[in-house]
Amino acid sequence: MKLRISHETTYGYDQPIRNLVQSLRLTPSIFEGQKTHDWRIEIPGGIRGPGFRDGAGDWVEGWTLRGPAEEVSVRISGHVETRDTAGVLRGHREMIHPLAYLRSTHATAPDKALREAAMSLETTGDHLELAHGLSALIAAAIAFRPGVTETHTTAAEAFALGQGVCQDHAHALITVARLRELPARYVSGYLHSTADGQAHEAAHAWAEIHVGNLGWVGFDAANRCCPDERYVRLGSGLDASDAAPIRGVAMGTGAERLAIRVQVEEMEQ
Amino acid sequence: MMVHYNEMFEGEAVREPYARLSEWVRTMPEDFRQMKQAEAEALFRRIGITFAVYGEGGDPDRLIPFDMMPRVFEQAEWRRLERGIKQRARALNAFLRDVYGRGEIIRAGRIPARLVYQNDAYEKAVVGVVPPRGVYSHIIGIDLVRTAKDEFFVLEDNCRTPSGVSYMLENREIMMRMFPQLFRKNHIEPVDQYPELLRRTLESVAPAKCQGRPTCVILTPGHFNSAYYEHSFLANLMGLELVEGADLFVDGEFVYMRTTQGPKRVDVIYRRIDDPFLDPLCFRPDSMLGVPGLMDAYRSGGVSICSAPGAGVADDKAIYTFVPEMIRFYLGEEPLLNNVRTWTLWKDDDYRYVMANLPDLVVKEVHGSGGYGMLVGPKAVKEEIETFRKKIEANPSNYIAQPTLALSTCPTFVEEGIAPRHVDLRPFCLCGDRIELVPGGLTRVALREGSLVVNSSQGGGVKDTWVLSE
Repeated sequence: MKLRISHETTYGYDQPIRNLVQSLRLTPSIFEGQKTHDWRIEIPGGIRGPGFRDGAGDWVEGWTLRGPAEEVSVRISGHVETRDTAGVLRGHREMIHPLAYLRSTHATAPDKALREAAMSLETTGDHLELAHGLSALIAAAIAFRPGVTETHTTAAEAFALGQGVCQDHAHALITVARLRELPARYVSGYLHSTADGQAHEAAHAWAEIHVGNLGWVGFDAANRCCPDERYVRLGSGLDASDAAPIRGVAMGTGAERLAIRVQVEEMEQ
Repeated sequence: MMVHYNEMFEGEAVREPYARLSEWVRTMPEDFRQMKQAEAEALFRRIGITFAVYGEGGDPDRLIPFDMMPRVFEQAEWRRLERGIKQRARALNAFLRDVYGRGEIIRAGRIPARLVYQNDAYEKAVVGVVPPRGVYSHIIGIDLVRTAKDEFFVLEDNCRTPSGVSYMLENREIMMRMFPQLFRKNHIEPVDQYPELLRRTLESVAPAKCQGRPTCVILTPGHFNSAYYEHSFLANLMGLELVEGADLFVDGEFVYMRTTQGPKRVDVIYRRIDDPFLDPLCFRPDSMLGVPGLMDAYRSGGVSICSAPGAGVADDKAIYTFVPEMIRFYLGEEPLLNNVRTWTLWKDDDYRYVMANLPDLVVKEVHGSGGYGMLVGPKAVKEEIETFRKKIEANPSNYIAQPTLALSTCPTFVEEGIAPRHVDLRPFCLCGDRIELVPGGLTRVALREGSLVVNSSQGGGVKDTWVLSE
């Protein structure tokens, strides 16, 4: 698929801010499933800082903006050519050992219910089968329902509620996978919604689980599938906060308003 | 009954390095000693050196007792120690370079992967980042104890931000001021070059992008930190700026310091802040102590951080047991300094042995420090041992055990005159373009009779440490 992506995140401030510093992971990953063309990151008024590929294989770009500014926009645009690899992250160059992804975080800390759920699955010893089973289990346990959970909701809370959005599905799946000793991580990216599909936010998130010889494989419990050619992968982390595409800090005292506009369209053949 | 090596006496005879000191002690009138002790305390109070050693907490305004009786090494003893310490420092840095790179030691099956990659101190954010000269830990504090004439053991390594070096410098300063004649009679190797060596070490690891003479700073969490005195003391002696997170900012690819003449680019940061607080964009988002964007500047080679973020994975008590293996693997040498035999309670055999022998062992928490949360079996009463046994049963993987070592003693001034007390030693090894070690280090002494715990929070004091020149 050829996808055209435009993504604009605008921060509005009551009081002008100064010395904004951001760390961005907003560039599509390089692997067999996707190829990027004309990718542009712009922050009007900002200074592009260091750009480098980190140990996880993500392209990181630092930006600073001296200000004062009442509004800051992070604008992304470009084309991505995608291919279905059945969720397998083949040909992705990274250096971090999978075992580093067994560590739990605040958002992915297990409770009794998640422990019981994780252990309820019998396994033949096949890790791929186990990963699919866990993904199906989380898909069944958490109904897709926007507006019930928020950014800081943990896996345990969402699991108890039985409702949530893609972030909650990813957190819960990561938690149960780690409980079964499978390294797991949070992936941020985009999803192209086909006309016949359900309505989704085009900014999306899912989980990756490390299974034996295949390496990292994506699982989108929210949509009960593995990522295919409709998915664009940006970066990963231990949880949503660790994988956040934009991290920033500015000097200022006023309140912040956030507006996000994401478009993922299929290009004419 | 354990036999403890007395560093000054062999039976009734005085050992060679202490010959002149012995005369000094023997002829010292009691009232003179009391007067000098009071003078030493007044001097320490005046300079304000009252912080707790090694971040142990406790009352920040409490003075750590200074003992006027020096601890002495002869040249040959020290040279042996020095070789062992430098060897260990090289291996620890090679290990860090390896585990943030290809992990050869793990692939070779010499260290279990889980111990490294699942370690809390392992920072995945710096995987693949090779700091200048491949050095991750620039100041390594190695804690040593002695059990016989030629027998030293390493108790632990400190690869993050070991403190206590200001005591080493101040103890010497005060001894020289109070007893100048002692330093004329004995030929003692100096330690006051340490700040210059530290500064040179920091400058030698400036990033490739640095132009001209590197600008180095010390980054402190602030005056409420228990080691703040040491931060400002070192900044002063090295002629470097002492800064807090808010004094630094990232602009484009580099880090700058706010000065009255405008922003000044910073090349090397000697940080005395723990990893989680360094940069809210990379680690704890709620940290106000660090510098936003610092890690991106570091990871792209715009600034050096000493010690490197993630260096702590080398000094964990569980990793400690593998340091001899590191020395063999990376350096192809046999370890010159011994490790203490260590039982890891997450192994079944070790667990059974330790539980059956608690009254004879020392048990420590894997991540504990400061002498807290530890059991010294031979010094504990039955109830203490049983209470500790329950703690171990609840979480065995949180503990390691070691034999109770017969720590050496050194004569120490006490109420009744002079008496043997147990001591340890922390030398400070500097790693940059060269590996440097000033002769000596910080000697800590357990002031309570019979106590084996030298931590200042548990009634420990400090001594000047002499290395005699030939």
